[in-house]
Amino acid sequence: MRLLGLKTFRHGIHPGEAKDATKGLAIQQFPFAPRLVVPLAQHIGNPSVPTVRPGEEVCRGQRIARPEGHLSVAMHAPATGVVRDIALTPTILGRMSLAIHIEPHAASTQEATPGTPCSLDAGPEEILRAVQEAGVVGLGGAAFPTHAKLTVPDGKRVDTLVVNGAECEPYLTTDHRVMLEQSDDLFVGIRYLLRATGAERVVIGVESNKEDAATLLRDRLPADLPVSVEVLRVKYPQGAEKMLITALLGREIPSGRLPIDIGAMCINVATTAEIGRLLPLGSGVRLWGITIGGPAVRRKGNYRIPIGTPLRFVLDTVGVDTSVARVFLGGPMMGNAVSSLDIVVTKGTSGVTAFTDIEAEWAHRRVFPCIGCGYCVDACPVFLNPAELERLAGSGGYAAMRSNHALMDCIECGSCSFVCPSHIPLVQHFRVAKAAVRKADAA
Amino acid sequence: MTVGVGKTLEIRHAPHVLSGYSVDTIMFNVVLALLPATIFAIYAIGLAAILVLGVAVASCLLAEVLVCRARETASTLDDWSVVITGLLFGLTLPPSLPLWMVAVGGAVSVVLGKGLFGGLGRNPFNPALVGRAFLQAAFPAAMTTWTPPFQPDRFASLPASTLAVPLMQPSTDVVTGATPLALWKFGGQGTDAGQLFFGAIGGSLGETSSILLLLGGAYLIARNMMSWRIPAALLGTVVLSSGLLHALAPDRYPSAAFMLFSGGLMLGALFMATDMVSSPTTPLGGVLFGVIIGLLVVVIRIWGGMPEGVMYAILLGNALVPHLDEWCRPRVYGSGRTAK
Repeated sequence: MRLLGLKTFRHGIHPGEAKDATKGLAIQQFPFAPRLVVPLAQHIGNPSVPTVRPGEEVCRGQRIARPEGHLSVAMHAPATGVVRDIALTPTILGRMSLAIHIEPHAASTQEATPGTPCSLDAGPEEILRAVQEAGVVGLGGAAFPTHAKLTVPDGKRVDTLVVNGAECEPYLTTDHRVMLEQSDDLFVGIRYLLRATGAERVVIGVESNKEDAATLLRDRLPADLPVSVEVLRVKYPQGAEKMLITALLGREIPSGRLPIDIGAMCINVATTAEIGRLLPLGSGVRLWGITIGGPAVRRKGNYRIPIGTPLRFVLDTVGVDTSVARVFLGGPMMGNAVSSLDIVVTKGTSGVTAFTDIEAEWAHRRVFPCIGCGYCVDACPVFLNPAELERLAGSGGYAAMRSNHALMDCIECGSCSFVCPSHIPLVQHFRVAKAAVRKADAA
Repeated sequence: MTVGVGKTLEIRHAPHVLSGYSVDTIMFNVVLALLPATIFAIYAIGLAAILVLGVAVASCLLAEVLVCRARETASTLDDWSVVITGLLFGLTLPPSLPLWMVAVGGAVSVVLGKGLFGGLGRNPFNPALVGRAFLQAAFPAAMTTWTPPFQPDRFASLPASTLAVPLMQPSTDVVTGATPLALWKFGGQGTDAGQLFFGAIGGSLGETSSILLLLGGAYLIARNMMSWRIPAALLGTVVLSSGLLHALAPDRYPSAAFMLFSGGLMLGALFMATDMVSSPTTPLGGVLFGVIIGLLVVVIRIWGGMPEGVMYAILLGNALVPHLDEWCRPRVYGSGRTAK
C-alpha cells in the first residue's frame, strides 16, 4: 500500500521519533568493563556449551562456547583476558543463565584473533555453518539464531529477501548509522545471504526519516546486485516483520505461518552488515552496535559495545542524570525494563534507554475504565479488537480470546497500549494471556 | 536497585511511552465543544436556560456522588463524563421545563442510565437520552411545551412553569411556540432553512443552532476525539433518504435541508450518537450504526406519531451496538481470504 508516494501498511501509530539526539553521531567503540559476562543463552534454542574452563586465558575473538545442535550458536571472547568463572547471571527476561565471566587484561591491545574466512563462492550450507559459527543472532527480544532463520526448508523457496532498515522504535539510531557507515559490509552481507537462500532479489526498506541512508545506499549499490532501496512512511511498527513485508511486497503472511511460506525472508540491516563484516574474516560476534540514549543519559550515542558489558558499567560510563527513573533494553515501545543492573548487553540488544522521572510519570498515568473509543481498533496493525480482547482478559477468558478473537496473531507491538486514553496496559494483558495459552497447550 | 547516583529504578512493562490522550482530557474537550451552542442557547432563551442547564448538570453530578458512595468507589467527578451527561441532557430539554422535572430527569440519567450498569464505560445507552426518554414518558405535556427564543425580557423574567411545584399543574399563561418539526407535522408549515441553520427557532435548548454544533463537532473531529464516520453516515443517510422522498412527493415530504437542520438531529448526530461508550468500536460498525439511526430518524419523523425521532433512533441504535461490532469485526491480518 502506498500513501503520499511512500510505501506503508494499514493502521499503526506515530510515537515521537526522539532520534535527533543520536542519529548524527558516528558509532564509537565502547570501553571494556573490568568484567565481561557472556551468557550462554543469548538466543532462542539450546544454550551454547562452554569450551573454556575457569582460569584459562582467552584471546579476543577466540571461540569460548560451541553451538549445541542446530538451534544454537557459537560464542566468542569479547576481550583478551582470563576466564574467572562460569556461573549464573540474570537476564533481561527474568531467567538466570549460565555465563562465562571474563576479566579483560588491562594491558592487552585487544587485537582480535583471526579465524577461517568463509569465501563468497562457498555453498549455501557452508555459509549457514559460518553464520552459526560466527554466533550471529537476530535483533529484538527473541534473538533467533540467524542461520536457522536463513535455512530454507525442503520444498520451499525464497524469491525476495527483505532487509529491514525501518528502525521504527523511537530513540534507536544504530541501524541508521550502520547504513551510513557500513554500506560496504551491508552489500557483502547481502551477497552471502543471496547465495545462502537462493533469493532472486533484495529489497531494503528504510523509513523516510533516514532518507540520507537510502540515498547513500542507492549511490553505493554495486551494479551487479539485484537490490532495490524502498523508502517507507515513518510509522510504528513499520519494522515488524509482517508489516514490513506487507508494505514492501504487498503480500500478507498467513496467520500462524512464516514469511518463507509466501516466498519472502526478512533480516535486519545491522545483522546483515555484521555477517558481511565477520564472514570474510572468519571471526565471531564480539561487539554489538547499540544506541545508548533517553533523556536521563548524559553522553548519548551509538556505540559498538563488547558483548557481556554489565548495564551498571554502561550507565556509569555514559553518565546518568540524578532524576533517572526507568532503564530498559531496546526502544520504549517494546523494550523490557531492567530488573537488575547486573544484566549485561547481549547479542540482539538494540539499545539502552534511560528515562527520567518526567517521562516515567508521563508513561504511568491514571487508569480509567474502557470507554470504547476504538482508538486501539484503529491502531492495531493486525486488525484485532484489543478492547474486546481486554474485556475477555479481565475474566480470564483466554480460550475465547484465542478461538474467537485471534489472540495468537497479536505481535505485541504495544500500539494499543500507546493510544489507549484509559491507560489500560492492554498489550501486557495479552502477553500474559498468550503465555497462559501456550502453557495450557504444552500441558 | 540503584544506579551510580543511588536512585531506585522502577520496573514497568512496555510500552514506556503513551500518546498523551486521556479519558478526562477527551471528556473535557467534549464539554468545550458544547460550549458555543450552550452559550448561544443561554443568549437566545435567557434566564430559564441558565437555570435548566445549571440544574441539569448539578443534578447529574449530585446523583453521581450518591452512586459512587453507594457503590463504595472513589469519586469519578473529575473525569468530566458526568458533566457531559448533564450538559447534553440539559440541552435536550424544552427551556420552560419545570426545574424539579429537570432534577428528576438528571438523576434518572445518571442512576438508571449509567450507575446501575456499573458506571463509566459500562452503559449500553446514552445516559442523557435515558433521562430524557424518562421525562418524555412521564411528563409528555411539559416536554412538548416550547418557549420561543429572543423574548425581549428573557434575562429578567422566567416562564411561570420553570419554578412550578412538583406534581402541581404548571400555570398555562406561558407564551409558547411550536418547533419547526411540530409546525410541519401538525400544521403542514415549513420553516426557512437559514433560520434553522443559525438558530432563530423554537425547540430544545441545544436544538437551536446547527452551525455552532457543527463548529464544536468539527473541533472534536480535528482533534481525533470524535468519530467522523458516525455523524457522516447518519447525516448523509438522513439527507439522502429524505431528499429522495422529497423528490418523489415535494408536497408530502419536507426537504432534506429542513430535515437536516431541524430538531435534535445535529445535537444527536454529533454529540450523542458519537458517545464513545454507547457506539461501536469498529469502523464499519460505526458507519452502519449511523446509517441505521439516520433511517430510523426519517421513519419516525415522517411516519411516526411524534414530530421528533432522534432520541428513540439513537437509543435503538445503542441497543444494536454489540451486534454491530460482532458483525463488523475487521478481517484479521493474514486470515480470511488470504489464509492458505
